[in-house]
Amino acid sequence: MSVASSVGDGRAAGSWRTIRRGLALSPEIKQGLAATLALALVATAGRIVVPIAVQQTIDRGLTGPAGVDLDFVRWVCLLAVVALVVTAWSAYAMNVRLFRASEAGLATLRTKAFRHVHDLSVLTQNTERRGSLVARVTTDVDTLSQFVQWGGILMIVSVGQLIVATVIMAIYSWQLTLLVWLCFLPLFILLRHFQRIVSAAYSVVRERVGIMLGAISESVVGAQAVRAYAIEQRTQARIDEAVENHRSAAVRAQRLVALTFSTGEVIAGIANAAVVVVGVLLGVAGDITLGKLLAFLFLVTLFVGPVQVGTEVLNEAQNAVAGWRRVLGVVDTPADVADPGPDGVVLPRGPIDVRFENVSYAYPGGPTVLHDLTVDIPPRSRIAVVGETGSGKTTFAKLLTRLMDPATGRVLVDGVDLRDIRFDSLRDRVVMVPQEGFLFDDTVGANIRYGRPGASDEDVTLALTELGLADWLDGLPSGLDTRVGQRGESLSAGERQLVALARAYLADPDLLVLDEATSAVDPATEVRLARALEGITRGRTAVTIAHRLSTAEAADEVFVFDDGRLVQRGPHRELVARGGVYGRLHAAWVTQSR
Amino acid sequence: MVTERTDRVTLRDGFALLGRGIRHEPLIFTISIVGSAVFGAATVATSIVIGQVTDRVIVPAFQEGRTATGALVAAAAAIIGVGTVKAAGIVVRRYFAGVWMQRLQARYRRRVTRQYLKLPLSWHHRHPTGRLLSNANADVEASWWPMAPLPMAVGVLVMLVVAVVSMLLADVVLAVIGLLVFPAILLINVVYQRRISPLATRAQALRAELSAVAHESFDGALVVKALGREADETTRFAEVADRLREANVRVGRVRGAFDPILEAMPNLGVLAVLLVGVARIDAGLLEPGTLVQVAYLLTIVAFPIRAIGWVLGELPRAVVGLRRVDDVLTATGALPYGSARPSSTDEPTDLRVDRVSYAYDEATETLSEISLDVEPGRIVAMVGPTGSGKSTLASLLIRLVDPSSGAILVDGLDTRDLAQGVLADNAALVFQQAFIFEDSIRDNVTLGRDVTDDDVWAALRLAQADGFVAALPGGLDSLVGERGTSLSGGQRQRLALARALVGRPRLLILDDATSAVDPDVEQRILAGLRDAALPSTVVVVAYRRATIALADEVVYVENGRVMARGTHEELLASSPGYLKLLTAYERDAAERAALAEDEEFAQ
Repeated sequence: MSVASSVGDGRAAGSWRTIRRGLALSPEIKQGLAATLALALVATAGRIVVPIAVQQTIDRGLTGPAGVDLDFVRWVCLLAVVALVVTAWSAYAMNVRLFRASEAGLATLRTKAFRHVHDLSVLTQNTERRGSLVARVTTDVDTLSQFVQWGGILMIVSVGQLIVATVIMAIYSWQLTLLVWLCFLPLFILLRHFQRIVSAAYSVVRERVGIMLGAISESVVGAQAVRAYAIEQRTQARIDEAVENHRSAAVRAQRLVALTFSTGEVIAGIANAAVVVVGVLLGVAGDITLGKLLAFLFLVTLFVGPVQVGTEVLNEAQNAVAGWRRVLGVVDTPADVADPGPDGVVLPRGPIDVRFENVSYAYPGGPTVLHDLTVDIPPRSRIAVVGETGSGKTTFAKLLTRLMDPATGRVLVDGVDLRDIRFDSLRDRVVMVPQEGFLFDDTVGANIRYGRPGASDEDVTLALTELGLADWLDGLPSGLDTRVGQRGESLSAGERQLVALARAYLADPDLLVLDEATSAVDPATEVRLARALEGITRGRTAVTIAHRLSTAEAADEVFVFDDGRLVQRGPHRELVARGGVYGRLHAAWVTQSR
Repeated sequence: MVTERTDRVTLRDGFALLGRGIRHEPLIFTISIVGSAVFGAATVATSIVIGQVTDRVIVPAFQEGRTATGALVAAAAAIIGVGTVKAAGIVVRRYFAGVWMQRLQARYRRRVTRQYLKLPLSWHHRHPTGRLLSNANADVEASWWPMAPLPMAVGVLVMLVVAVVSMLLADVVLAVIGLLVFPAILLINVVYQRRISPLATRAQALRAELSAVAHESFDGALVVKALGREADETTRFAEVADRLREANVRVGRVRGAFDPILEAMPNLGVLAVLLVGVARIDAGLLEPGTLVQVAYLLTIVAFPIRAIGWVLGELPRAVVGLRRVDDVLTATGALPYGSARPSSTDEPTDLRVDRVSYAYDEATETLSEISLDVEPGRIVAMVGPTGSGKSTLASLLIRLVDPSSGAILVDGLDTRDLAQGVLADNAALVFQQAFIFEDSIRDNVTLGRDVTDDDVWAALRLAQADGFVAALPGGLDSLVGERGTSLSGGQRQRLALARALVGRPRLLILDDATSAVDPDVEQRILAGLRDAALPSTVVVVAYRRATIALADEVVYVENGRVMARGTHEELLASSPGYLKLLTAYERDAAERAALAEDEEFAQ
């Protein structure tokens, strides 16, 4: 997975660095953060309203020097109600500000990352990595968003609650404060430890979810193979095992969470008992009033919540930071195929000539797949590129259209280095049709229009007619409005290639590169398409990578690749006469097809 | 696009779901409920202990200025004891609630996947892959999600009853405050969950939509890049991201409003208790300890009440999830099997296709009344233009689907009468799209069948796959698939071919199975097949001349009908369609040559 490692996962970055970098990329989060935190402070102060009211009522309203003072209690309660309303409002305002700011920041981050991924060559080179890149702009950001909505707020509130509780406790009695902290401190220290154990348990769960999903997908994606070989029982056994492994891991994690969650209650019991014993002794000595002691019992409950949710919040925080780090890792990976932007060159329209100068290419960490290639493609020429699988044909096409950049050397179009040409200008003039014929889940018309947004239905129909595909279009159930399904799977592989071809043709490029673009259609259709393409590429430069050598026979010139080198070039008839690699390929082709 | 089922979800549906969960695991449910009831009772008991300790130990000590060690120890023991019992209740409740939920999820995942493996391929074709995966995963998970907080919610009900009784026993007037506050908290919770549940569902749907957009855009990266459409793709993504942001903020706004209200409710209750309580103490109707007890109870009971809201909030989503799961579980149409077995075990099969028709949907018939006899050991090439029905016929031959009318007979037996697994033991179909399992090379070839490594290598050799397999660092043990080595299209096809060959099938069907293999490698494969003296009757779908040359006989198919059959030469002479298809390249080359000569001549 050498290519995979070329996208930074930023694993080395520390949490604080991640947070700083993350905040820099999403400035919305920081906006007005001071006001939000001030509101948070007011909001958490709401937690000590009741303990103070209890203390005041008992010490001054019930057992004060004047005996029971109902007026005083009324005032205390009225003030407390006002305080509760103010703090509740502050909590609401804090919540909303926090949601607004964080969601705005995260939406920006998502979109930035999404745009950036399209500039990473790993996306087009390594299909296995695509799923994880999707996770960078979806679930990783979702983890962050959900953390802010639940754990983040809880964290702010918990910390604030502990602070205000401690402050008021210290005012009442430093001895009892010390005592309460002595009870809870070991737990706070152990929290990190618990969290690590729980976190490890959950990562086992996540891993097993992945295995389970893989096993389940065999029964769905591989349904045909499973049925053809009647391996239902074996497949079910594998699924059952994966489901059971996931269940046992999830239950184990649940057990750990249940245990850590309940320790808070045990400690609260111990703390309350200690407060009562020591408090009574202090009271007998005259060091504390009855109200203050009873207020302590209420204040201790404020310690239970943070302890109970502590491990889960820390866990979420850790996952959120890890997710953030992964997103930032993508954003901070330099775009290896980057747009030169406004400083770039804009090419005028017209026939294109291409020159490869000492171009070599190796996939990151892999062997060199193209060796020191120097070649010219004159304007208006039609070139066929042939060679065996792995000979470097597709690499040549991708370098030619700047889907990747050469490791050494340069590719010049009209005398300008491809890397200096503005993307919008380049894509306007150079278009490649890949073999897969990927379609978007939309209509046939919309997919063809993808080549030239704003093209009318008439333009699209005309393009299909010029390609000789009018009868195919007539055969579609709803014409241009026929939906193609996910990845175009409602159409056959051959039909997908037809749409992809029409899409590129509509884009009207000056250099058209076809990478085995008609490999899945039957011979009669392919010949028909080839003829049509010859007509429409007249006056343009066209490079066709072909599996079937019929294309080569029609080209102005044939490039023959073997093991990453251009070994022969020339018109078909000359090459056949010369023998060599092309002679061999051609002979095999003739035996196969005639 | 994510479409949410809009069918109404009533509370009754929700309770039916809970009932189903309880019926599946009555014992686990009971244990977690007992744990939860202990927790509920202990929570109330905590406040009673605090009240009693206040009255009997704390207040006397402050009034008299001295205290007895025994009383203090008893107080401490009582507080710690009740706290420990409560903690034990929590452990039992949480753990067994988790066990319950996980068992239900596992049970339904097993049931759903069993159904996937049983239902016919025609059913699979009608349901998108993503939907089926989410049925087995997300929908099953959502169905049983409310089970996690349910025991706590039941425990809370116990707690509320005990709380009200304890308050009534302590002081009737203060109990009235409690009776006002508890229902109010409960009501606010229910309103809260009713408000937030649809918003959360919407946010969830948008997350799925965003993921679909990203998936599609990255899958089509080559096209996006080649046509320079990155900016438009980003706009498309940003639009959904923005809607998700709005939805999340809306969720946050509701949560942000209700959380402080729920927080303030019990506090207001405590203040009311203080106000009324002090008046009653003044009137000599109440002890301070009782005041403390009721105030403390309000403080600690408020949070757990939320569990009832959590259950009610999750129910609508759970019901919708379970409905989707049930759609799968109640689907019918599993292929029935007979009990017939062919007598021969290592002779090539006799194959007869008898007036077979097949239609994917009622509007279009893919195959019409196809009849075909293949004698044992013969190699038949099936040729026809794209979309003529060849692949459909191939999948009928090994009974991936059954014909709409007519019959397929293998060794004279209708494939529908064969016992389960018999056809797979005797026949193999190799598809153009090779499916590779997340497993080792060895396992991908054997598929668990009892075969030696020598047999595996022999099959790989025949499929021309031994070379690249030997070059892999792990050899036969190398992992392939998404998390292993990635194979090229041609390598996948060769591996799938070896998988078929290793079983020494008596009927072998190749459906354009070497289309991604280099021509010369393909020739070696075909030559190998011819020389290997396989005990097979072979049907091969192909365009290439070399493949056709291998066949004893050619069947030309067009528009779902057999148009002609005979040897290659006979068909070239008798079938214009066949001639046109097979000589497309030649005619093209000839016409070009003629054109080139004309041009030379003109010059």
